[in-house]
Amino acid sequence: MKLLKYFPLAAENIAARKLRSILTMLGIIIGVASVLTTLGIGRGASADIMQQIASEGITILNVESGGYSDQTWTSGQPLTMADVTALSDRSLHPDIDQAVPLYRQYIHLGTGNSSMFMEVVGTTPAYAAIHNLELAQGRFLTEQEIAQRTKSVVIGADVAQRQFAGADAVGKSLRIANQPFTVVGVLRKRGWDRFGNMDIRAVIPLAVAQDRLRSTSPAHRHRGEYTVSEIQVNAVSIERLDAAARQVEQTLRLRRALAADEPNDFSIESQAWLLETANSVAATLTAFLAGIGAISLLVGGIGIMNIMLVSVTERTREIGLRKAVGAHNRDILLQFLVEALMLTLVGGLIGIAISYGLATIVERFSSPDFPLAVLIEPGSLAAAVSVSAACGLLFGLYPAIRATRLDPIDALRHE
Amino acid sequence: MTSSSPLIDIRNLTRTYHIGRTALHALKNVSLTIDHGEYVAVVGTSGSGKSTLLNVLGLLDRPTDGTYRIHKQSAGELTDRQRTTLRNREIGFVFQEFNLLARATARRQAELPLFYAGLSRKESRRRALDALAQVGLADRAAHRPEELSGGQRQRVAIARALVNSPSLLLADEPTGAIDTKTGEEVMALFEQRHLEGLTLVIVTHDREIAARARRIITLRDGTVISDEPRLASAVLP
Repeated sequence: MKLLKYFPLAAENIAARKLRSILTMLGIIIGVASVLTTLGIGRGASADIMQQIASEGITILNVESGGYSDQTWTSGQPLTMADVTALSDRSLHPDIDQAVPLYRQYIHLGTGNSSMFMEVVGTTPAYAAIHNLELAQGRFLTEQEIAQRTKSVVIGADVAQRQFAGADAVGKSLRIANQPFTVVGVLRKRGWDRFGNMDIRAVIPLAVAQDRLRSTSPAHRHRGEYTVSEIQVNAVSIERLDAAARQVEQTLRLRRALAADEPNDFSIESQAWLLETANSVAATLTAFLAGIGAISLLVGGIGIMNIMLVSVTERTREIGLRKAVGAHNRDILLQFLVEALMLTLVGGLIGIAISYGLATIVERFSSPDFPLAVLIEPGSLAAAVSVSAACGLLFGLYPAIRATRLDPIDALRHE
Repeated sequence: MTSSSPLIDIRNLTRTYHIGRTALHALKNVSLTIDHGEYVAVVGTSGSGKSTLLNVLGLLDRPTDGTYRIHKQSAGELTDRQRTTLRNREIGFVFQEFNLLARATARRQAELPLFYAGLSRKESRRRALDALAQVGLADRAAHRPEELSGGQRQRVAIARALVNSPSLLLADEPTGAIDTKTGEEVMALFEQRHLEGLTLVIVTHDREIAARARRIITLRDGTVISDEPRLASAVLP
């Protein structure tokens, strides 16, 4: 490679003017370091958010009666246990893992002396599975309790704290809608997710809820089937979420005998948009930071061009001599181009090193409440290196061309 | 050394510079030939056109009119690339102000023409050290110009001019910036190579230096006013 011979030459010239070279590189160094660090923090944060979203039941579709279509609300027939049974048919719904019925009600719950107004959910053991519920004490509801309509209750961590002051709650009695229930389990504290605050929640067998928590609506039975307030459909994976939603829609439209031109009178709420939103926020952030990075690299590049132009003027005599002893225009062009390239590449590499240093410092400020992860991706590194190299070529080109245009006689005469 | 055709053959050569609206005739209708192995001094007052002549001979400048043949090739018909290659292979330059690279070692200075000739680093190094040894600077190879005396600098420049074994050496006031004694040493180096067959063309306004040559070409106002062979008075140290 003939090009390679210009690199030692460029290295010598750069090393011969250390201070100037470092000052020249500074623009690129700061540009690359700041972009990589901020981009890394952005990526780290969004990876964190993605992970949280994924752990919070992103694969669950909320199916409820009534739906918006063209900004008009269409109220629909209530969802029933027959719908749940239909959706549980794996042969017709290959992308549905399971369909879990929910009957929920805001209601008073308490021991004799204190009472809370909170959400009580009637459901099946599958609920624990699709929400990845973990128990701090006791156990979750069993199939047997569901079938036998036992008045058992699993309570959230905050409910246990408020009602039993941290003492062992399992086996204790609680009144829900003025009826006695036995606590069989306490959920591990987990805070808010998109389904609300799991810590202030009580879970009881579905049929018991349908029987005992009745208020005015929804109707207790519809066409002979028990109604549910919501069906949570768990898709087999995030990738199959849309397909699962289509399968739910198809089945429910059929079961409700909706004509082709009628809108859905039910709604399927997916949280995939959350993932998409998070992704698009991350993309916007990335574009924004890349924009800032581009500007700072532009400034750095202009700095390089400036210095290279000064350097060409300063080295007019050197260029003249080189031409006199046999340097072709191409040799001069490559000499200055490689020098600019090397300045920016070295600047880029120093910038990368600094960004790793900054990442370590930033991560030191990380805490559980304010997690700071810096994720510097190989793609960003490759981009940083290639962008700085491109900068060098782009901004080194004009000074290099200027150098080749020098007439050797004038150059030699130059003082 | 004899050859059927001269090394340099200039016919009716004119070089005119335009400074604003005024035309400056640096060379007017100059014709001369220089054979292989000649030792020529070009003398004249400043502004007589001697540097311009040297630039044209060295393929650094192009004549406005007339023809210039070097090595049987018509310079006017050569591309920039060919001229540069010819300069690299056949012509060595020595300047009054040495024109060394400010930060390079003597070895690097001497390697310069070889770098552009495309020689390997190893071969370049060997030849550069060899050239430095020939000018008596074997022990100064790692020194930079600021660590060398004026005479040593000029000797580095000579090593650089001769490293690629050119057939023609063009020197522009080579002793102008150094003391007389060192100047004589420099001239001795040239003359030693001349005996080995190198063609020398030395521009000088120093009559003593010119007197060492075998032929003196005198320029005035861009024309040759005398061209005298001095075979009898050839002086060698």
